Amino acid sequence: MALIRVDDLHVYLGESHVLQGVSFEVPEGGVTALLGRNGVGKTTTLRAIMGLVPRRGTVTLAGEETTRLATHQIVRRGIGYVPEDRDVFAGLTVDENLRLSERNGLPRYELVYELFPELKTRGGQRAGTLSGGQQQMVAIARALLNDNPVLLVDEPTKGLAPLLVTEVASALERAAELATVLLVEQNLAVVERVAQQVVVLDGGRVVHTGPATELLRDRATIQSLLGVSGGGH
Amino acid sequence: MYFLIASGLSLIYGLMGVLNFAHGALLTVGAYATWWTSTHVGGGPGTKLLVGALAGVAVGGILAALIELVLIRPLYRRPVEQVLVTVGLALALNALVEAIWGFDARPFPVPSWLIDTTTVFGANIPNDRFLEIGVAAAVLVGLTLFLRYTRYGLIIRAGVENRAMVTALGIDVRRAFTLVFALGGMAAALAGVLSGVYYGVVDPGRGTSLLIFAFIVVVIGGFGSIGGTAVAAVVVGLIQQYANYYASSGLGDLAVVLLLAIVLLLRPEGLSPKVAH
Repeated sequence: MALIRVDDLHVYLGESHVLQGVSFEVPEGGVTALLGRNGVGKTTTLRAIMGLVPRRGTVTLAGEETTRLATHQIVRRGIGYVPEDRDVFAGLTVDENLRLSERNGLPRYELVYELFPELKTRGGQRAGTLSGGQQQMVAIARALLNDNPVLLVDEPTKGLAPLLVTEVASALERAAELATVLLVEQNLAVVERVAQQVVVLDGGRVVHTGPATELLRDRATIQSLLGVSGGGH
Repeated sequence: MYFLIASGLSLIYGLMGVLNFAHGALLTVGAYATWWTSTHVGGGPGTKLLVGALAGVAVGGILAALIELVLIRPLYRRPVEQVLVTVGLALALNALVEAIWGFDARPFPVPSWLIDTTTVFGANIPNDRFLEIGVAAAVLVGLTLFLRYTRYGLIIRAGVENRAMVTALGIDVRRAFTLVFALGGMAAALAGVLSGVYYGVVDPGRGTSLLIFAFIVVVIGGFGSIGGTAVAAVVVGLIQQYANYYASSGLGDLAVVLLLAIVLLLRPEGLSPKVAH
């Protein structure tokens, strides 16, 4: 059964028709990777699901249409969001960033500190003074703190050193054990490691869906759809 | 006094991006509510002032919350319309006050001990100045503690930085908007009370004249920064008074505008950029 169903999603940003009828489904469990060249609408798709941009079309989460809901209401249906460029609150401490994210129920600090022990020791430090990798940890930790059945994760390895990419990929694998993950990612090695399904966008439309292994084996298709040499290596 | 008016303006713009031109009218309404209540309660001038001030602050807070809920909320993401509405509201509220109570200044209930002076290092200082400084300091400490140690304070500080991300954490930031508007209205009304004590009277144009300097304080202090606003309020007040006293009466306003120009040229984001702390 599809946990997220996106149907005929259109987004206009200014004069630009960024999403031109995007439709796809995200099955429950595991990681579905949303792929495509730069500027094809991957981030906009996540933002549209979150209600952060004006959109037309329908988004259904676990059978409930969320298109008419405000962003905070959508999130309370059980979505954790890791935005592109992290968007940590620079003037707040690490602890405050996490505390702000707490919702109903018991926040999963044990899980967060198990994945990112550094955050515990840097609790009193302002997030704006952290390195890019540490800020990414805060951003992922915020999404994992609550028991969200769905995580939307936007380019979590962007600009990170290789060692940190491995750490983030491990965190994503762990997150996928707890929730369904829709992941925007340019690094095909990470996609190969964590994703089971792929959805490929081009020109604001879905041009390919299927198992991740199938796409990643087909170098010619990767080259034509993503404009990169395939294989994830 | 500048700090009390400017703190609300600063938080409202910092969090919501709303330039509230009706903020001065909240000061006027708060001052008139104080004066009106004081004329309808018994007791000495001190009791009248205290009860009137409580009523004035309550009216300021409630009116500000209503303005946010009824007029501002439908206009989020429409900044031009927001400016038009707040300018129109300022004119309408001032006209309403003039229509009900007239253009003439009304005497404010000021206890005699506030009019007396205290000698400090040879200078005779009216006691009301200590009250004004004390109230402003208490509001600064209270706001700082609120922003630092409460859940709503955390939401407001985060919202000043990135409102969209706060909503993406599942937080209904609109409640924080209403709260900030109400707090700003209460602070403006409190400024109205203190301006009544300072001048001894209340008149319909008070809020408008002080609002201009409050905007200057906010720009110099940095939108969304309570600490920056407090420092800027003191600097603006001192420069204005010193220029008026030592140079020529009226030069104070010019000196403040010059200071604004210098800050805009050298540090356009203000003394303390957009972080509420």
